[in-house]
Amino acid sequence: MKQHLLPAIKLTLICLIFFSGLYTVILLGIAKLTPNGGNAGTVDHAGSTQYTNLAQSFTDDGYFWSRPSAVGYNAAGSAGSNKGPTNPDYLATVQARIDTFVVHNPSVQKADIPSELVTASGSGLDPHLSVKAANVQSQRIALSRGLSQDVVHQLIIEHTDGPLLGLFGPATVNVLELNMALDAATK
Amino acid sequence: MMNTELFGIVTMFMVALLLAIPLGRYIARVYSGERSLLDLVMGPLERLFFRASGIDSKREMDWKEHLKVLLTINMVWFLWAMFVLTNQGWLPWNPDGNPSMSADLAFNTAISFVVNCNLQHYSGESGATYFSQIFGLMFLQFVSAGTGMAAAAMVFNALKQRTAAKLGNFYDYFLKSMTRVLLPISLVVAVLLMFNGTPQTVEGKDSIVTLQGDSVQVSRGPVAGFVAIKHLGTNGGGYYGANSAHPLENPSYFTNMVEMVAQLIIPFAMVFALGFYLKRKRFAWMVFGVMTVGFLLLAVPNIIMEVNGNPNITAMGIDQTTGAMEGKEVRFGAAASGFWSIVTTVISTGSVNAMHDSTMPLSGMNELLAMMTNAFYGGAGVGILNFFVFIVLAVFISGLMVGRTPEFMGKKIEAREMKIAMIIALLHPFLILTGTALAAYGITHTPDHAWLNNPGSHGFSEMLYEYTSASANNGSGFEGLGDNTPWWNISTGIILLLSRFLPIIGPLAIAGLLAQKKYIPESAGTLKTDTGTFGVVVFAVIAIVAALSFFPALALGPIAEYLSF
Repeated sequence: MKQHLLPAIKLTLICLIFFSGLYTVILLGIAKLTPNGGNAGTVDHAGSTQYTNLAQSFTDDGYFWSRPSAVGYNAAGSAGSNKGPTNPDYLATVQARIDTFVVHNPSVQKADIPSELVTASGSGLDPHLSVKAANVQSQRIALSRGLSQDVVHQLIIEHTDGPLLGLFGPATVNVLELNMALDAATK
Repeated sequence: MMNTELFGIVTMFMVALLLAIPLGRYIARVYSGERSLLDLVMGPLERLFFRASGIDSKREMDWKEHLKVLLTINMVWFLWAMFVLTNQGWLPWNPDGNPSMSADLAFNTAISFVVNCNLQHYSGESGATYFSQIFGLMFLQFVSAGTGMAAAAMVFNALKQRTAAKLGNFYDYFLKSMTRVLLPISLVVAVLLMFNGTPQTVEGKDSIVTLQGDSVQVSRGPVAGFVAIKHLGTNGGGYYGANSAHPLENPSYFTNMVEMVAQLIIPFAMVFALGFYLKRKRFAWMVFGVMTVGFLLLAVPNIIMEVNGNPNITAMGIDQTTGAMEGKEVRFGAAASGFWSIVTTVISTGSVNAMHDSTMPLSGMNELLAMMTNAFYGGAGVGILNFFVFIVLAVFISGLMVGRTPEFMGKKIEAREMKIAMIIALLHPFLILTGTALAAYGITHTPDHAWLNNPGSHGFSEMLYEYTSASANNGSGFEGLGDNTPWWNISTGIILLLSRFLPIIGPLAIAGLLAQKKYIPESAGTLKTDTGTFGVVVFAVIAIVAALSFFPALALGPIAEYLSF
């Protein structure tokens, strides 16, 4: 054991410099060449920085609501609810979210509420909605903002990202970008 | 829309397979010391590193020396990680002012990353500093994967030799695994992630005011490099608490595909590397076939169950066509999340892009079974070692059944090898079931422990999952479990140590013993191990050892929960 210890320590030090140190430095250098310069994607909104890939809390009837969050939409942390599918407390929470949604969207049939609007995301920071989950909110928003529902629908279509290359994965709508477009359209 | 989700899954699997075959050939060349792609760049560096460390990389070792060297350097890494984690509060590169870890949490975390498991009883945003992420945890993600691959390389060598005691040099296999495979591919993966929205910065948390006027913070850091080796080395420990469900750690469907291929590629490639190295491609395809059948039997039901959604929510009368979305992200969808939940558990990654605690009861059972069998693909290097144990068992059993001498690669399998293989195969259920039984006893007698996030059988599943994940060196969790307590930190820490090093020692010992035996040329009486029939026997051994010994525990957990629908 003893004669192996010194080479092991020396090799460890070298590996620390090479695989942790140099690798990270190279990547930090390449990161400067990326569109965001190594940061996450941001956009400027009325002089303030907004992170396009992180969910925000929207409670106002005039905004599209994000999916429920287990971390209060604060990206200082991240987590899902970790509630099991048969947990009675959890099912009561989902039911309460459905009821709240119905109160704020009286014209919507219960059978049209997509489940992703009343279930918490995995990270608590899911920035997206499905197209259906955006459309189902359009009447509330049109009413609240005094816009025609067609204008709101048009905005949803403009802000829908189809599957990757049209081939892979689901279509998504970025809630923050959509809400910023709403603000711009209402001005 | 559903079709694009399914097409995405099939594409991820096929891309990984198509890349893994040439990668396997390349890895075989690297381990057999033939000329290969990166000789010009990495050759001089490796020689420099060895000279500076006082290591003669040409000196061959027997299997016992391999183990001594492997265990010594792993101990050095453990002590280094303990030092970093318990002192990170005052060490440099801590822009967010995160505190040092408690001793029991550091013990668990250090072991967990040394053994390639990456159970995380902390959240990266508040529980680790940039220094410990880079020089503690990410360092261990590189070297633990390198260790697993080096151990597999020694077994390859032992199977190839006619009669030999010397089986290559551990340091040589180890460093080459890192310089020739892990580092270059990690660089590619990290760059792809950075250009698609994953941060790589040394700046601390950002504070912003949202559209509605809330003040929130945004945790950042050197994420991309970490996430690359996390997947490539089948480590799975996330930079952020939510792992690859986090929209900065895994920003899009494209990055999800990249991370998926990155975690599949080395476990796939090692199987083909074995075939190229031994010049037995048919044998490699037999192994890959058995693994793929096992994988599909677990993955397909999970995709279906997650896409179909939660019956309790269907009963509420809402639209669940997008699937069971609790704990999932819209950009991946239910299908890709269900697929990932089995990939990450059959290979020992343990990264998640959706919360396993919220998957359907029988999906949870399949995730558990994937770790309980622990032989379909498996982690970087160690996957093939686990499978090797089952091959040895299958050779012996089928030898007895057809009345032929149990031989494998021209070597007789005798009582001594069988005993080792059996101990290793039984260790896994022993650790999982003992741990769960003790924890279940504890929670029944002191119900005020706030361990469980869910009542009833699902709560039991949370404990079962934690020990299964620890013993399989997986690292995913039913994360509702309140696991940052001395009990969980220490008990899973001990299981991690035993379940990493004994399953490395066992196969290395068997291979070392076999290599010393007299080579028997193949004859008409030799049991053929590269046939479909033999594949069925291997599969049966795995199913009997794994599925049957765990059935009672599964009945108390996920099956009972399923029946409550």
